Amino acid sequence: MHESPEVLKTLAAELIDRVKAHGATEADVLVAEGDSVSVQVRLSAVDRLSKAREKSLGIRAFFGKRSASASTSDFSDTSLEQLVADTCALAKAVAEDETSGLPEQAALATDVPDLDLYDPTTMPVEETIHMAQRAEQASMDADPRVTNSEGAECGSASGAVVLANTHGFLGYHRSSRFSLSVAPVAEGPDDQGMQRDYWYTVSRKRHELEDPETVGRIAAERTLRRLGARKVGTQRVPVIFDPETACSLLGHLASAVSGYALYKGASFLLGQLGKPIAPKHVNVEDNGRLPGKIGSRPFDGEGLPTRKTLILNRGVLSSYLLDTYSGRKLGMASTGNASRSIGDNPNVSPTNLFFHPGDASPEEIIRSVTQGLYVTELIGFGVNMVTGDYSRGASGFWIENGELAYPVEEVTIAGNLKQIYQDIESIGNDLVFRGKLASPTIRIREMMVGGH
Amino acid sequence: MSQQVVKLEQFALEEREVEQALARVNVRAVDYADIYFESTISESVSMEEGIVKRAVKSISQGAGVRATSGEKTGFAYSDELSQRDLELAADTARYIADSPKGEAPVPVTHRPAGLHNLYPIEQPLTDVDTQERVDLLNLIDQEARRYDPRITKVMASFNTDHKMMLVATTEGLRAGDVQPLSRLQVTCIAEEGTNRQVGTFGGGGRVGFSFYHEQDRARSYAREAARQAILNLGAVDAPAGVLPVVLGSGWPGILLHEAVGHGLEADFNRKKTSAFSNLIGQRVASDVCTIVDDGTLPFRRGSLNIDDEGTPTTRTVLIEEGILCGYITDRLNARLMGIPLTGNGRREDFRSLVLPRMTNTFMLAGTSEPEDILRSVKKGLYAVSFGGGQVDITNGKFVFSASEAYLIEDGKVTKPVKGATLIGSGPDVLKQVSMVGHDLQLDSGIGTCGKEGQSVPVGVGLPTIRIDEITVGGTST
Repeated sequence: MHESPEVLKTLAAELIDRVKAHGATEADVLVAEGDSVSVQVRLSAVDRLSKAREKSLGIRAFFGKRSASASTSDFSDTSLEQLVADTCALAKAVAEDETSGLPEQAALATDVPDLDLYDPTTMPVEETIHMAQRAEQASMDADPRVTNSEGAECGSASGAVVLANTHGFLGYHRSSRFSLSVAPVAEGPDDQGMQRDYWYTVSRKRHELEDPETVGRIAAERTLRRLGARKVGTQRVPVIFDPETACSLLGHLASAVSGYALYKGASFLLGQLGKPIAPKHVNVEDNGRLPGKIGSRPFDGEGLPTRKTLILNRGVLSSYLLDTYSGRKLGMASTGNASRSIGDNPNVSPTNLFFHPGDASPEEIIRSVTQGLYVTELIGFGVNMVTGDYSRGASGFWIENGELAYPVEEVTIAGNLKQIYQDIESIGNDLVFRGKLASPTIRIREMMVGGH
Repeated sequence: MSQQVVKLEQFALEEREVEQALARVNVRAVDYADIYFESTISESVSMEEGIVKRAVKSISQGAGVRATSGEKTGFAYSDELSQRDLELAADTARYIADSPKGEAPVPVTHRPAGLHNLYPIEQPLTDVDTQERVDLLNLIDQEARRYDPRITKVMASFNTDHKMMLVATTEGLRAGDVQPLSRLQVTCIAEEGTNRQVGTFGGGGRVGFSFYHEQDRARSYAREAARQAILNLGAVDAPAGVLPVVLGSGWPGILLHEAVGHGLEADFNRKKTSAFSNLIGQRVASDVCTIVDDGTLPFRRGSLNIDDEGTPTTRTVLIEEGILCGYITDRLNARLMGIPLTGNGRREDFRSLVLPRMTNTFMLAGTSEPEDILRSVKKGLYAVSFGGGQVDITNGKFVFSASEAYLIEDGKVTKPVKGATLIGSGPDVLKQVSMVGHDLQLDSGIGTCGKEGQSVPVGVGLPTIRIDEITVGGTST
């Protein structure tokens, strides 16, 4: 279904020429296209089937130190001419920004390694439906208390991206993504009420998707164990984040070390580079070159090679995440973490960001706690990136004498991220990549749990 | 000023082509199909470090084709409407129709409604010069810095959308609308020694550009963001545990959006996965609470002349004097549940499927004096501004996070406290509402609601209310 790499590259190169013809001093162009199929099945019947083909392109034009961006999904000649004219007119209307500009030519990627991100296997609609049905059925069959379902979703998508700039960079890469998830609903006896949870599998390769029965069974287990959840009293206790919720601690770290947050003074980690912000056993790595991983890409949103960057090295904040612009603002080189939305300026995002695993098994970590909270779900947005103040809704399990005693809900956990990172007491050995962020089980020394 | 009427010609299409496309989709066993055409021009400028350095513009257009058969929906979308795309859509729809059929459809109850003209603006947003946008943001920087020398960083953005939509259905409906939307947002950072704090404020709606200069709005947004940042420099730790909480009027209405609004969207109730399933006619709030969803308020961010299925928007009473009385619906769920259409069928864009969504959700004014409400609390929290919120529909647990709050001690508002998350249970929290003020206010026009990955603009509103007990997620005991 895809246009050939040459067609997309030619289009990007032609646009670069057009922007130059309008007098732009520098420019870059991003062209993307993709196909997707997704199916939702609920109570065995197909609830919805969705198919799409999409394309879009964006231009960023510089006139000296002024720049602007524009994008469209209409590739007709008149539309593209209008787009180029619009971009140039916009650029002339904004202020000069001394820091702006493309990356240095020497920094650009010179080769585009194959990171094994594309699987040409097509997943036929029948198979997609069947996968979803199998996962949902497995969740319903797991226990009679699983009485309902929010459905199972299965889908595949593939796409290609071309980035070109006036320094002569012309990069192409393509990727694919397969996913399956299921969200069962369980109802307990008496006044236990209803609970929902979910489980999922995501991969670049069709054959790497976990089998639907496993996904369904885990989803059911996760849902069933929440039945009968209750509040606990307000108290300060050790808190263990399961791997899913521990990823959010990486997400907050990524936001705090983003060059944009830092130069805007909007990060609680301002001025902490080179200083210990966590104990010595904590290492966090960003690595855009891991073959076949969800966060991998051969070049970043500005055409720089992606790479491995240690963010926390033995607890010391050893690097920020930067693109060219935010790097210049901070007097540093880009770390190859530019991300792009089509038709906008670069931003910074992690590639594959993960805690290096520790030695303890998750069971050992739970056993190490006499009284505490094991968190399996977080809701809400109560994180202040400027101060690090943290207060979120949580559910999970109460730990008593090293055992998960009963499910807990409607509580908050609160603290400050600066302290939370310092308080990482143990990191599990259970690192599994299920997305861009990956974490083992993490134990935090103490947080305030708000309940009754 | 008359309402702009959107016609097929504006999408370079003829009636004959649309009829052919619908006929192609409308195969055996399809009980309804529609095509949604959309063209949106979005423009955004941002300022930081005292200069407007970012300007972006995007043009997005395409069509989504949907067919429903029983409970099943087939959907395809494309950024072109070529023969090939229509074939793809028809194949997708046909697949649905040939699959085993779900429950028998229930006839839809149509509601009579007038044709709205809720956002007649003089000058289309696409005609606003970039220079005027830049000048607007430049006002902000000066004003925020003038507010207090401790304001060290000012960031602002101004976004506009000019959306043109048209929906064509197998029932012969052709309905279109031009939907302007804009928002001005300001963030300030205040510093005092090593203490650094943030404040944000913004506003907007389906309004013309002049709105931001009227009543000194742009500058007042800047002062408000600066005020919050400065205030937070002196904030103490928030308490943890169960407390009485007084919510200020306006934006704290996000409580209603999270605690009850989502739980009353018809899809979750048809699937019986909502904590509110089977509670119609039952008490879910104290008798001082009457809550409505109203898509017909002029110029409001959550308002629409018609929803994305062509149904005129309405005012729907969700909870009347504490009794749950209605759900908000789209066509599919109204038909399957045999309940009225409320004009709440919304989609983010042509790439997404219609879902029942809120418009402007608020509690009607009560009779209490706001001062009396505060005076009634011996020890508690007074929360006047919030960040985001979230809800687990199935168990009803919801959170929303205060960004400006104060301690109440012996009936008096005392120290500002750091942000804290409030957590409660949707079907219970409104039973704890014991006083409702007479000061209903709607928010300033900044709300965006996310559901199944789709974002749509919404509004909320609230008078000052007292909640007798809710869990506050602070750090101090």
